[in-house]
Amino acid sequence: MDTPFSIAGRTFRSRLMVGTGKYRTNEEMVAAHTASGAEIVTVAVRRVDLDRSREEGILYHLDPKKLFLLSNTAGCYTAEEAIRYARLGREAGFNEFVKLEVIGDQETLLPDVDGLLRAARELVKEGFAVLAYTNDDLITALRLEDCGCAAVMPLASPIGSGLGMINPFNIRTIKSRLSVPVIVDAGVGTASDACLVMEQGVDGILMNTALAEAQDPAGMATAMRHAVEAGRLAYLSGRMERREIAVPSSPRAGMLA
Amino acid sequence: MTQITITLNGERTAVVAEQSLRGLLDHLSLDPRAVVVEVNRTIIRRPDLTSTTLTEGDVVELVHFVGGG
Repeated sequence: MDTPFSIAGRTFRSRLMVGTGKYRTNEEMVAAHTASGAEIVTVAVRRVDLDRSREEGILYHLDPKKLFLLSNTAGCYTAEEAIRYARLGREAGFNEFVKLEVIGDQETLLPDVDGLLRAARELVKEGFAVLAYTNDDLITALRLEDCGCAAVMPLASPIGSGLGMINPFNIRTIKSRLSVPVIVDAGVGTASDACLVMEQGVDGILMNTALAEAQDPAGMATAMRHAVEAGRLAYLSGRMERREIAVPSSPRAGMLA
Repeated sequence: MTQITITLNGERTAVVAEQSLRGLLDHLSLDPRAVVVEVNRTIIRRPDLTSTTLTEGDVVELVHFVGGG
């Protein structure tokens, strides 16, 4: 039996969390969300386009009774900016959770650790449940936990890259040393990536582009749901030892003379 | 009616003086439940939208949720 997946005292059914960006249509997004079985979905805060304000907002397609909306601070490059976006997201949304991103570099979208830690401290003080997007560095992860973050979200590989998990050792090390949930965020490209991530023993996984840019987002979402469940179950079941020699599966005894 | 100039989502915009934020949202056909209003870097909570009025030079941001990861 698995333990419940809880963040900041709230328990969720699915260990798969999904984004809402970059889908070709809202219909494809909704189909992918449904197929994924995800309960937590991320959203971003942006200016209302006043020239097109009559268009349906994203909330129209996200049922707050079924989905837990996780507001992010994507696109923020300073702690101050991220704090401002977090406050706006809390006001726009339905909960005190924030997926905190403080980006340090436009080309790689890797996090600015100093800004991230400063923003995390302030937001925790203001009562937010902070889920901090970070690199796969143990020391940063430990400091984020010390700050009071509700979850730490190391990347598998850069945002939107689809390169899969670059350093399983780092992910396992972070998971083994933290008490708060570890949710791998960013870099998953296909189902095997998600399965491998979950086999490291992490608590969950967040993905966006792997679904939005799949040729069939709902099909990929179904694959991801199975991959996350399979990877989790494989982790819980304890894999066999690796050995670099062959060992026969059929008995040696009883062979014909 | 007297007009004042505010900065609305980055654009200099003329609005009626003493207009409430709720009035501004209505004028723009925006649903107050789906929009967050920030004036001069302070969030104006929904119950206060009717009682808060705009003054010359205010910097107003209207934000909402969009798709993101």
